[in-house]
Amino acid sequence: MEALDGNAIGGLLHEVFGAEMTTAMGVCADCGAAGPVAELVVYLQAPGTIVRCRSCSSILMVMVDVRGTRCIDLRGLAELESDS
Amino acid sequence: MRTIVFDIPAWPGHRAGQHLDVRLTAEDGYRAEREYSIASAPGEPVAITVERLDDGEVSPYLTEELRQGDEIELRGPIGGYFVWDPEDESPLLLVAGGSGIVPLRAMLRHRRGSGSEVPVRLLYSSRTLAEVIYRAELDEPVDGVEVVYTLTREQPPDWSGYARRVDDELLGEVAWPAGEGALAFVCGPTSFVETVASGLVELGYPPPRVKTERFGATGGR
Repeated sequence: MEALDGNAIGGLLHEVFGAEMTTAMGVCADCGAAGPVAELVVYLQAPGTIVRCRSCSSILMVMVDVRGTRCIDLRGLAELESDS
Repeated sequence: MRTIVFDIPAWPGHRAGQHLDVRLTAEDGYRAEREYSIASAPGEPVAITVERLDDGEVSPYLTEELRQGDEIELRGPIGGYFVWDPEDESPLLLVAGGSGIVPLRAMLRHRRGSGSEVPVRLLYSSRTLAEVIYRAELDEPVDGVEVVYTLTREQPPDWSGYARRVDDELLGEVAWPAGEGALAFVCGPTSFVETVASGLVELGYPPPRVKTERFGATGGR
């Protein structure tokens, strides 16, 4: 399965957060690495969408549609700060 | 490969490098959605360039079935990271692998349309000359824009460009020296982007000055 990056989920994140989020800064709760969402590692073809830290590969976000409900798990993020 | 131009009545305008989502819904309600880079400059009619993937859900429809006058569901513009604005006066380094040229073409058109004079170097890696997209446009001489091709699989007999994969050495020959303060945009398949981005950092580019966008493997790449 090929890894993409956070640019590939700009539309999905806009739907979830109601704002442009690829420039938002995410901080990994595990290793503390900080960077723009656009640079995170994204797997689209997993069951749902998986976002991992580029430094330590910890899972930062999981987004899954279950029977019409969108489930978002952001526990892997210590911070997510948007400037828009 | 097909370039499609949309007439979007309520389009709010876009920035060079942004995407849009194309959403197709089948009669049974099944929905498929794909992101495409916008190929046109801000102010121009919105266009995308689509490569047909044999096992694709969306691209065969866009490349073969969509007709002039058809309506389609779009969402956008999307993204704010992989974008270039002419207010940034740094020299530009654009590095494309395959159809990664699409958002970079929007940047080149925007540079020209906005009257920007920032010097640009474009390094475009393609398997063959036939696979080079926008070739006629890229070959038109433009002041301050230098286009360098590398053909990795097959070269015409009289080929004078590069004929190998992009690596640190090739980047060292083509990229602006790190001291120039250039801004780099790298777009292509994941492995290509990883190679180029780490190569540029190796050359001394600060990571925040290397903007990357990766797309999935496409037919045969």
